[in-house]
Amino acid sequence: MEPIQIMASTAPQSTATLPTEWRDFFTLTKPRVMTLVIFTAICGVLAAPGNIHPVLGFTAILAISMGAGGSAALNHWWEADIDAGMKRTMNRPLPGGRMRREDARDFGIFLSAVSVGLMGVAIGWLAAALLLGAIIYYAVIYTMWLKPRTPQNIVIGGGAGAFPPLIGWVAVTGEITAMPLLLFAIIFFWTPPHFWALALFVQTDYAKVGIPMLPVVAGEKVTRRQIMIYTLLLAPIAVAPWAIGGTSWIYGSCAVVLSGLFVVLAMPVFTRMRSEVDDMTPEKALFKFSIVYLFVLFAALVADRVAAYQGWIA
Amino acid sequence: MTPEEEREFTRRRKARNWVVAGTLLFFVVLFYAITMVRIGGQG
Repeated sequence: MEPIQIMASTAPQSTATLPTEWRDFFTLTKPRVMTLVIFTAICGVLAAPGNIHPVLGFTAILAISMGAGGSAALNHWWEADIDAGMKRTMNRPLPGGRMRREDARDFGIFLSAVSVGLMGVAIGWLAAALLLGAIIYYAVIYTMWLKPRTPQNIVIGGGAGAFPPLIGWVAVTGEITAMPLLLFAIIFFWTPPHFWALALFVQTDYAKVGIPMLPVVAGEKVTRRQIMIYTLLLAPIAVAPWAIGGTSWIYGSCAVVLSGLFVVLAMPVFTRMRSEVDDMTPEKALFKFSIVYLFVLFAALVADRVAAYQGWIA
Repeated sequence: MTPEEEREFTRRRKARNWVVAGTLLFFVVLFYAITMVRIGGQG
């Protein structure tokens, strides 16, 4: 949802006396990122062996979403100065002058605390501990510590995005096994080629604000090689749930075909260099496919589980 | 505050109050449902 702009850039002094719009609080939770969080959390809940009451399943997904929203709000609070220096983010509630910085911090802490408490009381304290770990990982380890310090920040950030299916799975089963860890690993290794493909064809202002993004710090050649490395690492990990007997051929065949296509599309990105007049078609194709890849792969995981539950497959 | 700002102030405050009220109501219903599920031993 786009934030409403009221006198943000023209009269910030006036807006300071006005209460912040509720939509700006909603914007702090990064609703777009939330769609992926909710989708993968739902897949984790649905694909896990065992049954969970729909009310509790809904509560688990709600708690994961609130935790993601809380850590996103803390990210807005911490990076307000950085956001102000970048075109893409300069109109967010804090740099746009529509909200007090401490309000964003308090909102983030409140949302995070409620999400962990809700998960613990309604579902279980293992899932709650994992959720707390995910929030600390994203808001502290990634945002405050490593993002401004290493060009591998995207790899580390991918870990935060990898928590939702793991937590969703554990909410149902109450234990950490190989399968939810593999789901975690899939998103972890998927994030770098997904994001760096985008970074190759979209000019960002990260360099201007001192965030060491790989294409800026190490150059295009290294970035293209890293995309290929992570794509090759992703393929066997994506197939592993089937290989270890955690899923049937439904998921297995989807994982093999999708990962094969991912490698085929990553190959031209790896081997070529940008020319003077370049529409970056291979990079754009890889980025678009990476989104389809993750959604179809996780949907196949759920389809696999439903088929097994219905007795359609052995 | 100008009259326009005062109107805007009231509108924002009212909108926020409605959102907070809706959220509280939602959580009352949710906790009731969670309690019923837990008591019923279906969790």
